Amino acid sequence: MALLEIVNMSKRFGGLHALTDVSLAVERGQVHALIGPNGAGKTTLFNCISGLYRPDQGTIRFRGKDITRTPAHRIPKMGIARTFQNLELFRNATVLDNIMLGRYLHKTNGIFSELLFLPGVRRQEVAARGKVEAIIDFLDLQSYRDQVIAHLPFGIQKCVELARALALDPEVMLLDEPAAGLNPEEARDLCFWIEDIREAFNITIILVEHDMGVVNEVSKQVTVLDFGTVIAEGSPDEVQSHPAVIRAYLGEEDGTAPSP
Amino acid sequence: MKFKLKRTYEEDLKIFQYGSELARAGVGVLFLTVLPLFAGNYWIYNLTLAGIYSIAALGLNLLAGFTGLISLGHAAFFAVGAYTVGYMTSTLHISFWLALPAAGAAAAVVGFIVGLPALRLTGIYLAIATLCFAFIIEQVILEFPEITGGVNGLILQRPSLGSWQLNSDASYYFLVLLMVMLFVWLTKNITRTPFGRALVALRDSEVAARTTGVFPAKVKSQVFALSAFYTGIAGGLFAPLVNFVSLDNFTIMLSINLIAMIIVGGLGSIQGSIYGAVFISLLTEFIRMGKDILPAFISQQVGFQGAVYGLVIMLFILFEPSGIYGRYRKIKYFCEVFPLYRKDTFRRERKFQKAQRTR
Amino acid sequence: MFWQLFISGAAMGCVYGLIALGFVLVYRATEVVNFAQGEFMMLGAFVAFSFTSYAHTPFWLTVVLTLGIMGVFGMLLDRVVMRFLSGEPVFSLIIFTIGLSLFMRSIAGMIWSTDTYAVRSPIGDGVVRFGSLAVAHSDLLVMAMTGILVLLLYLFFRFTDLGIAMKATSQNHFAAYLMGINVERIFSVVWALSAMVAAVAGMLLAPILFLHKDMGFIGLKAFPAAVLGGFGSIPGAVVGGLIIGISENLAGGFLPLWVKDIFAYLVLLAVLIVRPEGLFGIQERKKV
Repeated sequence: MALLEIVNMSKRFGGLHALTDVSLAVERGQVHALIGPNGAGKTTLFNCISGLYRPDQGTIRFRGKDITRTPAHRIPKMGIARTFQNLELFRNATVLDNIMLGRYLHKTNGIFSELLFLPGVRRQEVAARGKVEAIIDFLDLQSYRDQVIAHLPFGIQKCVELARALALDPEVMLLDEPAAGLNPEEARDLCFWIEDIREAFNITIILVEHDMGVVNEVSKQVTVLDFGTVIAEGSPDEVQSHPAVIRAYLGEEDGTAPSP
Repeated sequence: MKFKLKRTYEEDLKIFQYGSELARAGVGVLFLTVLPLFAGNYWIYNLTLAGIYSIAALGLNLLAGFTGLISLGHAAFFAVGAYTVGYMTSTLHISFWLALPAAGAAAAVVGFIVGLPALRLTGIYLAIATLCFAFIIEQVILEFPEITGGVNGLILQRPSLGSWQLNSDASYYFLVLLMVMLFVWLTKNITRTPFGRALVALRDSEVAARTTGVFPAKVKSQVFALSAFYTGIAGGLFAPLVNFVSLDNFTIMLSINLIAMIIVGGLGSIQGSIYGAVFISLLTEFIRMGKDILPAFISQQVGFQGAVYGLVIMLFILFEPSGIYGRYRKIKYFCEVFPLYRKDTFRRERKFQKAQRTR
Repeated sequence: MFWQLFISGAAMGCVYGLIALGFVLVYRATEVVNFAQGEFMMLGAFVAFSFTSYAHTPFWLTVVLTLGIMGVFGMLLDRVVMRFLSGEPVFSLIIFTIGLSLFMRSIAGMIWSTDTYAVRSPIGDGVVRFGSLAVAHSDLLVMAMTGILVLLLYLFFRFTDLGIAMKATSQNHFAAYLMGINVERIFSVVWALSAMVAAVAGMLLAPILFLHKDMGFIGLKAFPAAVLGGFGSIPGAVVGGLIIGISENLAGGFLPLWVKDIFAYLVLLAVLIVRPEGLFGIQERKKV
């Protein structure tokens, strides 16, 4: 059984059909890429999985359990983490605080214990800090630890967002255009990291990406969306030579009518 | 530049990172403790009042500075705390030491209720909604004279510790000083726990906070209740200080004063709340003193106090929007990197985008 | 009885609406929450009063001069002060304008003393009768003026270049700059316009409610009106004002007196619980 399944999902925003009858299955331990032209509905799909949008139709199943109606703050607890296309970091906090927030859902103490900073709270803080430092080492963020996000270069900010998602200890990570805005070197680093994350932490990764170099490098399975529907599915090579995909990205040759 | 080599994560969690910080705090507390020996009763009384307001300011800063939820109606929580203590001590004859926590709890309950509509409101909508709540609570206070004494208010005695009544200004001053230190410690604790981080997360990006597992409704109601708790305790300490509770003390001017305190002091900073509270409390005193010095035709004007007060607030926001604490940090940084300070280090870049961010 | 309360409530509601209108105008364009709007109104009323009682100018001249002076006042306020506050967090702006309102109240007290002045309406104290309803002339004037003003503003925003430029600036300052719109001048115009609208409200209100340096407190009822309307549109502000004015008056007629004072606030809270963005407001959500 697939780890994450999306069955016949549709989402409308008034007259705009963002997603129409989309079905997708992601196998455990894979890197699954989601590509398509701008406006195809890829981020909308992620937002539905994250619980930020509620789909009008269809179901999302994670580990066999229906999570279509689960509120957004409960999704991370089930094991799904995500990053955002335009970075949603806590800009006035330090890198460390941002990543430490990834450990928030693992806390067990209530507000009264926290007010008094009881030993239990202290222990959990230290344990969380240990985990976070491991991630910081993994992603080489040591020198940025105490800096405020707003002052950091874009590439580092992306890294922090990745780190925060990792700190949640997820089973699935949804990465929304992680290579956007990165230069070729950084994009290559990203490929290594995605591979490392998959192997070291056994995390299944779903990737929305425009950079075909990254897609070819890391993903095993690719789904192509266009105007809210799935137009192709398969390995990176299969998909790249698929006529419907070429048409979606490059358009028709002159003189030929588009075929359904 | 100062450097501290830390070897364990526990060290990073300490409240005072450097020995010098601890020393400075110690000297400050020592100074405040021996102050009654040589300062007159007038100043001790005013400092006590400033201390009470700083607890309320801390509470408001938790809500507005850390979490970004604007409240224009904090005077209501202050009033609830004051009236609870007033009613319990003078009418029900319950000990002050039980009434005070009850005051905090009562205010927390009211804060929780006020926070409920706030879960869906942001920015100016939230501000006006809290203002409305404040007016409504004010009216409710008037409508139950059996408890609140209505327009006449309640008269109280100072509390006693066993057989010793805290009648002197100095004795009550120490009580408030202890309470301020307690609340500063509690707030410092919050900043190093997940809850504190969640507050800042909600302020900066509620969407991202949700995807990291923060349940906004729960955290927001908790912080509302907590903020109200602080303010309620402050109100509960206020009532016996002035020996009298009446609605005149809890008008919208108090809410405005509290906001002025945290803005002038520094939004989102613990030290800032205290500096701001002291500054604004003493400002009214200084203006009064200024009245005696200035030539008669200026000072005798009827609106003099209000005009100066309004002007001071406006000037602060124009020239030092990060408040007293902000200015202190800038000066400290200047001294630390001297003589390599770059002139435009703190220049703010010109902002075109809309100031208000959606959630 | 019901309709009597309704009509006089509507007149009061129009005044709330006018103040709320000025408030919304400034907020939409500059994102500044102007808690001193009530004091603008007070200033306009006092300026008009000074002209008629000390200079004995004829009424129409007073109106023109007052509008001119208040327009200049609004513009100067923007140029000298407000422009340096763009981009500040909402909280700072709120407390700044509160400080401004306090300052203006005190200065008004110095100039015009703390006395309360009674002012005669320019159209007299007459009353028009519709069957059993008695509607004061001044109430009719208020409602008529509000209607005319809303219509003029609508035409202004819809059909004039300046009005369209103002709408564009409200949506995106940066893009407006890039389109060659002089954004700074637009801001000054907005502030001037807002001050003039407040002055009109003041001149209409003074005969109804007396002239006093604290009369700006009525602004505290106008802000709920603006929020009720949702900051979305100018008609919204007036509708909000009407709802508050009418329901408040009706409550005063049928419910215990203490409820009347807080009825406006209860209505607002009720609306916000159901529609957090106000009646005509747009729900804004961040697109991630």
